[in-house]
Amino acid sequence: MWSELKKAIASFDIPADWIGIRAVKETSTSRSVRDGLPQTNGKSFTVGAMLEVLVNGCLGYAATNSLEPSSLEAAAQTAYKQALAASEWWIHPFRESERPKVVGEYKSPFLEPFDALSPGEINDLLVRICQTLKVDDKIVQTIAGASTIERESWFVSSNGSEVYQKILSIATHYGATAQDGSIVQQRSNNGSQANCYQGGLELLKQENLWHRVRQIGEQAVELLTAEECPTTRTNLVLAPDQMMLQIHESVGHPLEIDRILGDERNYAGGSFVNKSDFGNLVYGSPLMNITFDPTVAGEFASYGFDDTGAVATREYLVKEGVLQRGLGSLESQARAGVSGVACARASSWNRPAIDRMGNLNLEPLNASFEDIISGIEHGVYMESNRSWSIDDRRYKFQFGCEYAKLIENGKLTKTLRNPNYRATTPEFWHSLIQVGNAENWQMYGTPYCGKGEPNQAIWVGHGSPVCVFANVEVFGGGS
Amino acid sequence: MKIEELSALEVSFNRLIETLLIKKAENEQFTVKLSSERSQFTRFNHAKVRQTGCVADGWIELTLMADQRSSVRQFPFTGNWELDWQLAYSALQELRDELILLPIDPYLVLPSGTNTSREVHSGNLLPEEAVVSSVLEQVNELDFTGIYAGGIVIKGYGDSSGQKHWFATDSFTLDYSLFSTSGQAVKGTFAGSDWNKSAYIAKISEAKKQLELLARPCKELPRGQYKTYFAPAAVADLLVMLSWGAISEADIQQGNSALAALSRQEKQLSPAFSLKENFQRGLVPRFNELGEMAAPELPVIEKGLLVNTLVNSRTAKEYQKTANGANGSETLRAPEISPGNLVFEQILPRLDTGLYLSNLHYLNWSDRQTGRITGMTRYACFWVENGEIIAPIENLRFDESLYRFWGENLVDLTNFQEFIPEVGTYDSRQLGGSLVPGMLVENFTYTL
Repeated sequence: MWSELKKAIASFDIPADWIGIRAVKETSTSRSVRDGLPQTNGKSFTVGAMLEVLVNGCLGYAATNSLEPSSLEAAAQTAYKQALAASEWWIHPFRESERPKVVGEYKSPFLEPFDALSPGEINDLLVRICQTLKVDDKIVQTIAGASTIERESWFVSSNGSEVYQKILSIATHYGATAQDGSIVQQRSNNGSQANCYQGGLELLKQENLWHRVRQIGEQAVELLTAEECPTTRTNLVLAPDQMMLQIHESVGHPLEIDRILGDERNYAGGSFVNKSDFGNLVYGSPLMNITFDPTVAGEFASYGFDDTGAVATREYLVKEGVLQRGLGSLESQARAGVSGVACARASSWNRPAIDRMGNLNLEPLNASFEDIISGIEHGVYMESNRSWSIDDRRYKFQFGCEYAKLIENGKLTKTLRNPNYRATTPEFWHSLIQVGNAENWQMYGTPYCGKGEPNQAIWVGHGSPVCVFANVEVFGGGS
Repeated sequence: MKIEELSALEVSFNRLIETLLIKKAENEQFTVKLSSERSQFTRFNHAKVRQTGCVADGWIELTLMADQRSSVRQFPFTGNWELDWQLAYSALQELRDELILLPIDPYLVLPSGTNTSREVHSGNLLPEEAVVSSVLEQVNELDFTGIYAGGIVIKGYGDSSGQKHWFATDSFTLDYSLFSTSGQAVKGTFAGSDWNKSAYIAKISEAKKQLELLARPCKELPRGQYKTYFAPAAVADLLVMLSWGAISEADIQQGNSALAALSRQEKQLSPAFSLKENFQRGLVPRFNELGEMAAPELPVIEKGLLVNTLVNSRTAKEYQKTANGANGSETLRAPEISPGNLVFEQILPRLDTGLYLSNLHYLNWSDRQTGRITGMTRYACFWVENGEIIAPIENLRFDESLYRFWGENLVDLTNFQEFIPEVGTYDSRQLGGSLVPGMLVENFTYTL
């Protein structure tokens, strides 16, 4: 691939200041089973190249799904014309320094290759998960699915960049629906599609898989007779599989510098954070430490370089509650004049890179789960996201979970169904009163972080321990 | 895309189907789905260009079925026969090897029927090099942000029973927001197959008038219940929720539908509320993943009662229902909510005191079983007193059941409808949109 791409750049007949090609080849599989019967079995292959051309400070792009030399040449010409046509109207005069020369490679760690199990063996496993989930006649539906992605990318540029990255990732999901008359409850393994990691087929069978599968089935039934979550203000304890969503929506998105610069205002929205807030804003309580960390082995959005060639490093976004830097690529840093991270990423070869959050983690402190619960006189403990909504400035949010427990006098007591909570972002993070330790720190991810015009769904990873927030408004379901 | 290129893609697609028919074994059946586009995407911010480029994309989805089993392969489609056939043939071989390993699927539906269709809608779009100046010259003194997406979109289908469909359309959408200095905004969409400069200028002029209203100081409202007018774009946002765990027959059967209570006739909506699928506008293909054609019109909710759910052939087979040409995910493709009696001039007087909402944002079920939806107000939303717009509002979170706002609390729908184009571009440029009226609702619940 290297020689073809470099040869292509050398052959282009365009007077450009800089040219880059990002070629992507991706093979993904998806298999799912409902009630023990096959629903989807398939493999998808995509290949293509994104060409970017810098002319007089203007970047234009063209993407093609053919890597033939004539197609790459045509795309380069198109990208050049796009840049020229926009040259009088360009938002910022970009320079080659926003596309620095970089050479290197990154590969996901893995133990078992994706062909270690046949499609039939994977289906057998999924069928067995469905059978194990059905712990009771009240379970009216069981589902199980697994998908894999093998993504290779090559980035070359006229100033000598050569970056190769190979990412292997796997996502698993299973859950059960229980019904008793008009009462219907769903329970899944950490919420929809939350178990997403880099690695190989070893991730298909997690530790204690069958115990967990049975537990999910039992909890779905348990929810049918559970009390509604009370409407009150109380201590809210969030499990790591809900903290994932909390970090994503109310820390990740508001810190994206392209949102702060206004690029996303027509679609995903802006932010309540301003450029002047970096280094100053007290975002939350002193217990809040959030890192952008693409170096965590096996986390879903780990990588060595972003899609413009910037080297990815671990950085504090919030340290002891104070906002340090934003999620901004080299382009956004140049435009905004604030510090950022290596986060220019594209969902595939057919979309231009924009600011994305990668892995965003809440760093652990020192509280065990037992210590946390035993210290609470009254509260609600919630697990696994099932509903999410937050405004365009990332300020007023409302999230719902699948499963909850009442906390009374230092103990988890009654199971609660339809648990929800709402707050504003600053109020919520300032109410963080306890952070769990490394033992209860867990990481999850999602392949469906949506953003951008044209739209892009991208993969992100989030790790967190159990956390406690004081005096939060919680409530249940019902019309 | 030039006509010759479009024609070459169609020829290549047809050849692919014909060659697969020759290669298929007697016990095998297949379907082939094509999605292709040549699109320009130009993204704006502060009336400047943020990103601009073109995407030439296309893929084939080949499904092979044999011995009550099926599997799918998706691969690129370039129009270059040698490349495309090599990928298709290798996919066919892989599918054959895989099928024998898979479990039996009792609800597998094989392609059948003799449907064929061919629709090519040509347009008169802006030349690629003229997009930036044509859009920005009208708004260069405004804080304009958004995206122009234009070009040709192709959807094709062929199968082993001889069905074949080809749908190509040349179209554009300009999806934009105009911001005031205080951060309030007016949202607009301008879409079609012909770029009409005077219509675009008129649109922008109209938006500027709304922008003036937004210059007034914002009003912060306490949580509570308010009489509310939802403009058509906001109604369209609520309507989209019906495609996400509501109107699908499979979702109803599997305990995953917000309309289960309506289906069981435990609840009903207002007699003023009627919804149908209406493909007569021709903006989206009528064929589905099995080449089946939906009826030109399908009533879904009539006078508050659920008269049809969306049923595809697989669901029909599993639950002994009658299929009605729904797509694989049983989502609305050409929805239309019937108009009511509220005339434009009476919107503010009938609202009297309450909220005028132009758009909503980030909707989700907060309790699907009771039809409860949460979301935010967004863009050009106003506080109205005694029939007069008083001030823009600070955005509010709502949490309300569709059984209330389309049921007992629905006052009226407007006697006019607006077409709200689909502007989504995940995976590829989406087609179509919703035809909806505005609506007036009592006691809508705001929670934050």
